[in-house]
Amino acid sequence: MYNSGKIIAGLVVFLVLAMLPFLLNLGKANAKIEPSIDTPEINAMPQKHCVEPKAFMRSEHMQLLNNWRDQVVRNGNRIYVGSDGKEYAISLQNTCMKCHSNKKDFCDKCHNYMAVKPYCWGCHIAPKEKKA
Amino acid sequence: MSMNRRQFLKLASASTILGVGAASVINNISKGSLEAAQIHPDPRALKGKRWGFVVDVSKLTTEEDYQKCMNACHDIHNVPSNPNPRHEVKWIWKDTYEHTFPNTAEDKIMNKELQEKNFLLFCNHCAQPACVRVCPTKATFKRESDGVVMQDMHRCIGCRFCMAACPFGARSFNYTDPRPNIKVENKEFPTRMIGVVEKCTACYERLAIGQQPACAEASNGAIVFGDLEDPNSEVRKLISEKYTIRRKPELGTQPSIYYVIGGGEHA
Amino acid sequence: MLEKALSGSNRYWAWIFFLLAVIGVGCLAYMKQLNEGLGITGLSRDVSWGLYIGQFTFLVGVAASAVMLVIPYYLHDFKKFGKIVILGEFLAVSAVIMCVLFIMADMGQPMRVANILLHPTPGSIVFWDVVVLNGYLLLNLIIGWTTLGADRKGVRPPDWVKPLIYLSIPWAVSIHTVTAFLYAGIPGRHFWLTAVMAARFLASAFAGGPALLILLALLVRKFSKFDPGTEAIQAIGKIVTYAMFANVFLLGLEFFTAFYSNIPGHMHPFHYLYAGIDGHTKLVPLMWLSSILAVVALAILVFPHLRRNENILAFACVALFSSLWIDKGFGLIIGGFVPNMFEGITEYWPTMLETLITMGVWAIGFLLLTVLYKVAIAVREDDTAVEH
Repeated sequence: MYNSGKIIAGLVVFLVLAMLPFLLNLGKANAKIEPSIDTPEINAMPQKHCVEPKAFMRSEHMQLLNNWRDQVVRNGNRIYVGSDGKEYAISLQNTCMKCHSNKKDFCDKCHNYMAVKPYCWGCHIAPKEKKA
Repeated sequence: MSMNRRQFLKLASASTILGVGAASVINNISKGSLEAAQIHPDPRALKGKRWGFVVDVSKLTTEEDYQKCMNACHDIHNVPSNPNPRHEVKWIWKDTYEHTFPNTAEDKIMNKELQEKNFLLFCNHCAQPACVRVCPTKATFKRESDGVVMQDMHRCIGCRFCMAACPFGARSFNYTDPRPNIKVENKEFPTRMIGVVEKCTACYERLAIGQQPACAEASNGAIVFGDLEDPNSEVRKLISEKYTIRRKPELGTQPSIYYVIGGGEHA
Repeated sequence: MLEKALSGSNRYWAWIFFLLAVIGVGCLAYMKQLNEGLGITGLSRDVSWGLYIGQFTFLVGVAASAVMLVIPYYLHDFKKFGKIVILGEFLAVSAVIMCVLFIMADMGQPMRVANILLHPTPGSIVFWDVVVLNGYLLLNLIIGWTTLGADRKGVRPPDWVKPLIYLSIPWAVSIHTVTAFLYAGIPGRHFWLTAVMAARFLASAFAGGPALLILLALLVRKFSKFDPGTEAIQAIGKIVTYAMFANVFLLGLEFFTAFYSNIPGHMHPFHYLYAGIDGHTKLVPLMWLSSILAVVALAILVFPHLRRNENILAFACVALFSSLWIDKGFGLIIGGFVPNMFEGITEYWPTMLETLITMGVWAIGFLLLTVLYKVAIAVREDDTAVEH
């Protein structure tokens, strides 16, 4: 092979660069992320449930929020009828965050783990963190 | 396999484009997990075909009267008070007659009292808004149901074409991060972030739950809000009884704020 | 063919690295703007467009000017332009890319520009500007690269290039007309609300762009073995002359309408730009410089024996280009915003960071131009070109 020294050296460099995320995280604990729903508002609920079931919210909450955004801002619709038949006011700040008032232990836990930085909070005011 | 580099590159890019294209088409078709039937407007919402305002500045006499209206709006909407006048953000503000109606600036012999009067200015929510015409993303749009010219802060790309197009200077841009300049946050309403345009949105969030716009409520009758297309509304009554003018009507944007000229016994 | 840009003299590499340094500084300044917002510029609530949009407007004109070579050569078989057309097309590519970069630099939320395509709004001129600019870029890239590649192989270009070339002619006119429509359709700003805006834009484009091309052609001849042709340069000189006369005439028309009608709203922007209002005179020296340079340039260009002296021609082109750059890249924009919609005055002047970002974008444009020209020159110097 011509230039075999350069080629093999280049391949090794490439492999190292490509595996860098894995190499850097070797040995770090991979605890399962459990967002906490321990807030006074949720604890006071007789039946703890969100506007939609947990499984749906976990995978689709962003799609739901996008839909809500367009419905409120662009179509003027403010009432959401959940799959349980109850009506909810559509608002990130005044509905979602009223119950999930512990953003650091709820939203941020998963987002930080996934290295996701949603810019919602640039405009939507996050609830103040309460002392435990 | 006798394929030269050029043929390989052509094959690779064609398959990539086809693959990505097919994936995104399939993705888009299988979307829509939420149905429209699950969402509806609040029954308390005020209903009107074309919202408008009648502003009678003869009812605003002290500085405090003006401040009450402006603060009512800026406080609940987290409008920042920027110390740098170049980066000022304002949804409603006070200005002289000469600045409100600049076409009349050459007139030196007009009614002195009117010439020295201050007016309240805010977005005119025009029926044929120039800003909506020019927006490339429909971030600003006119609600067909009631004529409110809205601002979608999520979609705005900050190109500021709307600011160039608005003949009334009603729009402000966030040149800097607004949050440090918000004195007291209203936790029930969002702020904005850098790089988007904002303006008065006719308190659409209050209209949706049956409340009057904040400035009108705080104005003690100086600002009257109502449906311009309802012949029995108070705004229509005022417009038919008093002499009113609008800002720059010759431009054809059909502004919806009618300023009462004269007031009192000069009906 | 790109590999031809990777070999050059020391002077060539010094130039490349200088440009990269300017680009680097521009990028750093832009990072600050991304983090802190457009507040680092001289823009304000009243003057919401400034240097970035002015540069974009001016460069669309430079990009459109390639058509002044394409029409004579491809439509009318003016063989003298044979060697220089490629330089015009590559200048167009570089200019359009600068336009796009300036628009991106001006956006408040640049990460969201895809919204223009995700939510197309045919009623908005910005939407059409995005469409025609990108289409023009694609056209010129394909046409330039294909004709050059055919040249290198010593064959005629393939037949499918011809319809693209013909398409690029009205398309060039369209990019500048659409850009003019950004201004000419806005109801409140009397300085812009004029039917001749598109005509002015095209006239200044066909003067300024070819003027730059003359300078570039002279530079190419000086620094390489490729000679675009004295007669070609002289022909372009004539185009520049007539176009500049048209441009100055149209500007004169604007002055007449404003001042003979005596309408305050029409006159005030001219007052501000050329005389100042209430002590606000920031732009006055610049606008007068632009006018003087225009008169000087025309006084030279109108005489053929002066045009034939290439040093004098170069001087006239520099004066002309600078005059148009001031007028279109700066004065036009500010005049629309001052006085503001309340007849008040808020002045504008770019900040240091804004200037650094602007220089960075120009450096990117020149880098692209250098690379593309290096390729074109290398191909032509190889002398396997088809006889024109």
